Amino acid sequence: MTGAHPRLRSVLRLAVLYLILSTFYGVPVYSESLTPEEIGLKIARDTQARDQDFGNLTAQQTMILRNKQGQESQRQLRVKILEVPEDGDKSLFVFDNPRDVQGTALLIHGHKDTSDDQWLYLPALKRVKRISSSNQSGSFMGSEFAYEDMSSPEVEKFTYRYLRDEPCGDLTCTVMERYPVNRKSSYSRQVIWQDKDALRAQKIEYYDRKNAHLKTLTLTDYKLYLDRYWRASQMTMVNHLTGKSTVITWTDYQFQTDLDDRDFTKTGLRRIR
Amino acid sequence: MLRSRPQILTRVAWLLAMALGAQVCTGHEIDYEIFGQARLENRWYPENAAYPGQSDLASGIVLEPEFYFESVDGWSFTLIPFLRHDSADPDRSHTDLREAYFLLLGEIGDGEWELRLGVDRVFWGVVESNHLVDIINQTDLIEHPDEEVELGQLMAHATWSGNLGAAELFILPHHRERTFPGRKGRLRSSLVVDDDHPSYESSAKEWHMDFALRYSQNFGPFDIGVSFFDGTSRDPLLRPQISEQRDGELVLVPHYEQIRQFGIDAQLTTDEWLFKLEAIHRADSQNLRYVEEDYAAFVIGAEYTFYSILGTAADFGVLGEWCYDERGKDATNIFDDDLLIGIRVAFNDIQNTEIFSSLLKDRDYSTSAFVIEFSRRISDQWSANLELFSLFNVEKKDTQFDPIRRDSFLEFRLNYNF
Repeated sequence: MTGAHPRLRSVLRLAVLYLILSTFYGVPVYSESLTPEEIGLKIARDTQARDQDFGNLTAQQTMILRNKQGQESQRQLRVKILEVPEDGDKSLFVFDNPRDVQGTALLIHGHKDTSDDQWLYLPALKRVKRISSSNQSGSFMGSEFAYEDMSSPEVEKFTYRYLRDEPCGDLTCTVMERYPVNRKSSYSRQVIWQDKDALRAQKIEYYDRKNAHLKTLTLTDYKLYLDRYWRASQMTMVNHLTGKSTVITWTDYQFQTDLDDRDFTKTGLRRIR
Repeated sequence: MLRSRPQILTRVAWLLAMALGAQVCTGHEIDYEIFGQARLENRWYPENAAYPGQSDLASGIVLEPEFYFESVDGWSFTLIPFLRHDSADPDRSHTDLREAYFLLLGEIGDGEWELRLGVDRVFWGVVESNHLVDIINQTDLIEHPDEEVELGQLMAHATWSGNLGAAELFILPHHRERTFPGRKGRLRSSLVVDDDHPSYESSAKEWHMDFALRYSQNFGPFDIGVSFFDGTSRDPLLRPQISEQRDGELVLVPHYEQIRQFGIDAQLTTDEWLFKLEAIHRADSQNLRYVEEDYAAFVIGAEYTFYSILGTAADFGVLGEWCYDERGKDATNIFDDDLLIGIRVAFNDIQNTEIFSSLLKDRDYSTSAFVIEFSRRISDQWSANLELFSLFNVEKKDTQFDPIRRDSFLEFRLNYNF
């Protein structure tokens, strides 16, 4: 350092200090000129960009519902999702188990700016029913997942605030808060941990309108599909108020199948098996 | 003799099914699945019967399996037979072919086409009280007085759907007669309906070629359908007649006319509100006084849902509907000028517990019908329903309700889903 210009020296010192601080205190590597809100939005955009162009996917879901006493019951469903570039994704859920709802299907046309469109197909009545999508906070199939937890996390559905970086398991995570835009949401805020390697959500804490810690979702067993798309094989939602929990296990993921718009229509619902 | 033709259809379907079964057994070209429901029912009528021979208790066993075959070539075949045995009314012990159809589909441009050939069930409409627009299938009235259960209908059903909506064409070569309770059955008219010897306006009788068209589309929060039907009415006129086959007994003979009907059904779905409309205009049908009278009828309704009430997962809905028929007291159905109010509670629990209750009140007569239904899952495969159907303040002048004034009932159903 001797001989170096004093001003340069102080800059170098600052840089070293910054490196040390960032290692120990998790100071962000994002530009200092960005506000925490801007950083949060950037992370959300980066996350979405990483997942773009998946086209469509199909998968199987097994849900295990557990009550406080440890009693279990199981749900089985098939999921199809179609990416819609300029709008929200389209999704289709078909129930296989319990047997009394076998063949029941839920079709969702997601929207970024307005409420989603939802139709329910009831095979016993051969009836396609348009249903309201304002049951955001409602339980999905009696589980600890609400409808809003199941819908695709479009960037526009939240506002964001970056909090800090911190270790999470073997990885380092960015931690940020996001605030639902929809006033029907049952949450005042969510805190989300995403690893810095691939921006995979590792944990989400849900706070209700009274700001009480309601639920925690833990995402584990991430697998990489088509060398690009990370998907958690297991999602565990614990409700801290009731002691109930739901574990979703995803299997048979297939990306970029021959699905298209035609597989997500109201008339197509009548063919669901 | 008249009953033999549907039996021929049944036999044809069974032969087709056996042929398919043979193919399944010999090759690996066809995938198949079997599921369905079996249930035990007990219906109890607390009031003494109005007519001799009727019982206070009816036990039933119902089997409704579903066989589904799918070929690698893209077509599929669905077969749903229905079998009921009833302890009280021999006429209620009946079988039906609910569905037996081939489904073919393909693509046209951005859209697709679909062709269904065989016996199928089709539902149109949005309201709860009176399914005005729904006309493709005959009502299996003997199953339940709420007219929700339908008989299978032979049809060729073509659908084209795309960005501009869905257009459908139905060719309906055969007419099914409505089922009615027999002499020993409750919920019957004072005169027995002789459904073995119906009469038809068309000389082709039940083999008149009927057809129907429907177009449906959704625009944002609006779902709209318009439809047209030309053919044999599904609603019979019941005409008193001396029956030679029944030793000169006075019976009601169902008469099926040729009619034309325009229909429209629409629903506006907002956050908490649903607004519903069904309206029809029917031409060439006779009224309750056997005078030909074209008429219009409608049902308007609204439903409001309170989501996650009292901090629980349960949703609570309130609904109201007004049914109106411009023929007034000459209307051939009960919905001449009636109000329905109802509640719906979905507990959203693991057992999927639900309660639906409604009160239907005639605006001309004091007659009211009250229904409360409770349903709950017991396990992965078992579920149960409990239903109370109650009539009160029935007026003597109310000729459509008076005969069944003593037929309020409580029913328990235990379902095994496989």
